[in-house]
Amino acid sequence: MRRFTALFGELDACSGTSARVEALAAYFAAAAPADAAWALHLLLGKQRRRLITGRRLRQIALEGSTLPEWLFDDCYAQVGDTAETIALLWRQLEPEQGRPAADGSLPEPLLEQPLHRWMAELLPAAAALEGAEQAQAVRRLWRGLEPGALLVANKLFTGGFRVGVAQGLVLRALSQVSGLEPSLLAHRLMGGLQLAGPERDSRHPAAAAWHALLAPAGGEDGPISRPYPFCLASPLEPPDDPGDPPLPGPAGAWLAEWKWDGIRGQLIRRGGEGFLWSRGEELINAAFPELIAAAAALPDGSVLDGEVLVWPEGAERPAPFAQLQRRLGRRAPGRALLAACPAVFVAYDLLERDGEDWRPRPLSQRRAALESLLQELPAAAATPAAGLLRLSPQLPLPAWDGLEPLRQQARSAGAEGLMLKAAASPYGVGRRRGAWWKHKLEPLRLDAVLVYAQAGSGRRANLFTDYTFALWSEAPPPEAPAPALVTFAKAYSGLGDAEIAELDRWIRSHTIERFGPVRAVEPLQVFELAFEGLQPSRRHRSGIAVRFPRIARWRRDKPAREADTLASALALLQVADGAQASGDGAPGC
Amino acid sequence: MPLPAGSLLELTPQGLYCRAAAAWIDPWRPVPRALISHAHADHARPGCGEYWAIGSSEGILRQRLGATINLIPVDYGQAHRIGDARVSFHAAGHVLGSAQIRLEAGGESWLVSGDYKRCADPSCAPFEPVGADVFITEATFGLPIYRWQGGTAVAQEILAWWQAAPEQTSVLFCYAFGKAQRVLAELAALGVGQAGQPGAEGGEILLHGAVQALMEPYREAGVALPPTRPVSELARGESLAGRLVIAPPAAQRAPWMRRFQRPQTAFVSGWMAVRGARRRRGIERGFVLSDHADWPGLLQSVRQSGARQVYVTHGNSDGLARYLREVEAISAEPLEGGFSAERGGEDPDGAEPAPPAVAPPLA
Repeated sequence: MRRFTALFGELDACSGTSARVEALAAYFAAAAPADAAWALHLLLGKQRRRLITGRRLRQIALEGSTLPEWLFDDCYAQVGDTAETIALLWRQLEPEQGRPAADGSLPEPLLEQPLHRWMAELLPAAAALEGAEQAQAVRRLWRGLEPGALLVANKLFTGGFRVGVAQGLVLRALSQVSGLEPSLLAHRLMGGLQLAGPERDSRHPAAAAWHALLAPAGGEDGPISRPYPFCLASPLEPPDDPGDPPLPGPAGAWLAEWKWDGIRGQLIRRGGEGFLWSRGEELINAAFPELIAAAAALPDGSVLDGEVLVWPEGAERPAPFAQLQRRLGRRAPGRALLAACPAVFVAYDLLERDGEDWRPRPLSQRRAALESLLQELPAAAATPAAGLLRLSPQLPLPAWDGLEPLRQQARSAGAEGLMLKAAASPYGVGRRRGAWWKHKLEPLRLDAVLVYAQAGSGRRANLFTDYTFALWSEAPPPEAPAPALVTFAKAYSGLGDAEIAELDRWIRSHTIERFGPVRAVEPLQVFELAFEGLQPSRRHRSGIAVRFPRIARWRRDKPAREADTLASALALLQVADGAQASGDGAPGC
Repeated sequence: MPLPAGSLLELTPQGLYCRAAAAWIDPWRPVPRALISHAHADHARPGCGEYWAIGSSEGILRQRLGATINLIPVDYGQAHRIGDARVSFHAAGHVLGSAQIRLEAGGESWLVSGDYKRCADPSCAPFEPVGADVFITEATFGLPIYRWQGGTAVAQEILAWWQAAPEQTSVLFCYAFGKAQRVLAELAALGVGQAGQPGAEGGEILLHGAVQALMEPYREAGVALPPTRPVSELARGESLAGRLVIAPPAAQRAPWMRRFQRPQTAFVSGWMAVRGARRRRGIERGFVLSDHADWPGLLQSVRQSGARQVYVTHGNSDGLARYLREVEAISAEPLEGGFSAERGGEDPDGAEPAPPAVAPPLA
């Protein structure tokens, strides 16, 4: 734990890429295999299990201390993170640190315990206890740690452990230590490391996982569920000269598809079993039983890349993302939900065929094989466009001047834009610019008035960064008292650091009321909000729900009275709806 | 809340006022007579008729407020009769020449802490506990998450950080007046600047002009400091590898920084105790060292004052006052006014003059 805490501190304290890779490589080279495997798991952000809630840790910290709850909460407001707040407070709560506890027991040298023991034994053991026993066990762990390690331990407890290190950097460091290609390492890491369970090869499971990860290349025999690393697209940027083609080569060298607004998925059929992976490398079989059942029709040794969408039977286009969200929230959906929000898998790539890795082959070849594979499915034979496994249509793009008209049809097709993929390209690992491009629709925009603000957390602790925006219920008449403002969206992103700081000062000096952590501010500042879509909602007071709202611009030039009204939002809703209603003849469908 | 009518001290638009002494303490606006706790810009402002301050801060005050100000230098612990009041200045341990100011008249005594800290600091006189009926304390770091380790330990961390990067320039951001000299004095105590040690002749610690301006008063006061040189005196093309540079935080985003190629940077401040505060500033490394009292230091000072009534200014004044009332059973109230309240992370010298948003003096 000492070494891992030091690594955490180093990564936290340096911003240079090479320094971070060096620190990581030095750690991996020196750590025992079982510790290295756990560290890797943590660095990749794979430890999401919450062992103990932050709330419970707070309760344990406060129990038996003279610290009032409100003061803890004041501290939290300053720090923005429960794990860190406790780490900082523990020194006040437990001034006898390093000395015998009330029951005479000495603090144990827990900092010296290896990371794998912390992860596999000490933390889960404390989590498994209840009540006073648990509180005692947690305090015993805290007593054995200095503040830096205490912060790490608390974050491991709450499942909130994050280090701002990109996966690419971790892979570079691993590659440096092992001599293996980062892409091979990325593939071997897909689906996560098997860190717990029985001993393998008379080794600790985490140690065995580490050795398997770094084994020489060749003779790949991972678990049958293992997905491939996803190929990711980059946003298409407009050419410098509007007359230039947006991408090199003729339009015919590119394959155009809808950019679906669902979740990316990889559907695997191997060894008589089906597996559905999300882009976040979570196995989501349980949430989508109908897709796993449908995968049984695929020949063994098939891996499909595609999009999971909710798509009611017979509908022209998929349901809005909110419907899919209802499915994602459930581990095991009930019959009613399955009927109300039926899922489909819209495939657009074939990564493995007959057990062979097809990723090096050109997309045109993979696409042709995918089409014939899906056509052979019994369900597809009857209803080619309606099966649970269906093909994402290839859209006609004979020339570049057809690109913009095609993109404009995306909303009516229920898509959020276009994908453009180089027909000759292999299936890459991660986000490599050049072969896959996403060309989203322009977001919808409204000018809204800032009405509430709340402090953020983490890096934004103690700064007002979470904003609530409102629209006028009706157009404000000149000179007359303004009508009511109706809140309609929250946004957290889109402003730069300098603007955040400036707005923070403005909010502090223009607060008109406080509701706990929330401040109501004078309705004076106008912001242009961008969002991907909107739909009617009975849960929102405004009657509309917006998708992915963010701040596009601070409209300092605009007086609040000139912000948009609810009616203008409803008009956008009708535009979106009307487009959808008239979009029956979407190309390629 | 305002101070009770008829008290020894009252709050006026100019600041804390003692009618008996006809004097303001750290006034926000020009007044005829100012008692100055220390020379930071948010406590010592120009334009007053008469300044009373500790003698060792005279040089800095004249530098900042004008060479010709009418300044009456005083010593720690000495009692003065000003008007009808007995006034004494006591070491606050904040920066060179910093003082708590005690006022007594009509059988009532008040102690105004100014800014203070309780940790040892080789660059200034240590805090002197003083008793009074009423204590006005600052609470810049008035939350229990703030608990400082000693300056020596922090200086050791800074030294290790500097020495671990022999190829790079190490730029250390410190408030120019006080923090910079404290860090230098702590480094000197570790041997920095002595022959054969880092920072010795030829490899002197380099200073930004704003820090340089404060060095003379400290050296004059006999504070042991390592040899230093202003960055501006360096010859063109002189290597900066392995050198330590001390600069004020405002320099971080100034063109001045361009002369250093890929430096490692760190910020020395009590605010660095919180990760988010450091990350927000875009600083790689934070060293937690403050010239303000930490939570235990605030509580200790309140207890030692023996005051029956406490008023809290700056920072978390509400929280500390409530804690004193509810947990320590000490009568305490936050004192609203033009005390630069939410100044978290700002340079005390860079702070805007606080807007004097207080009620007119009580009749």
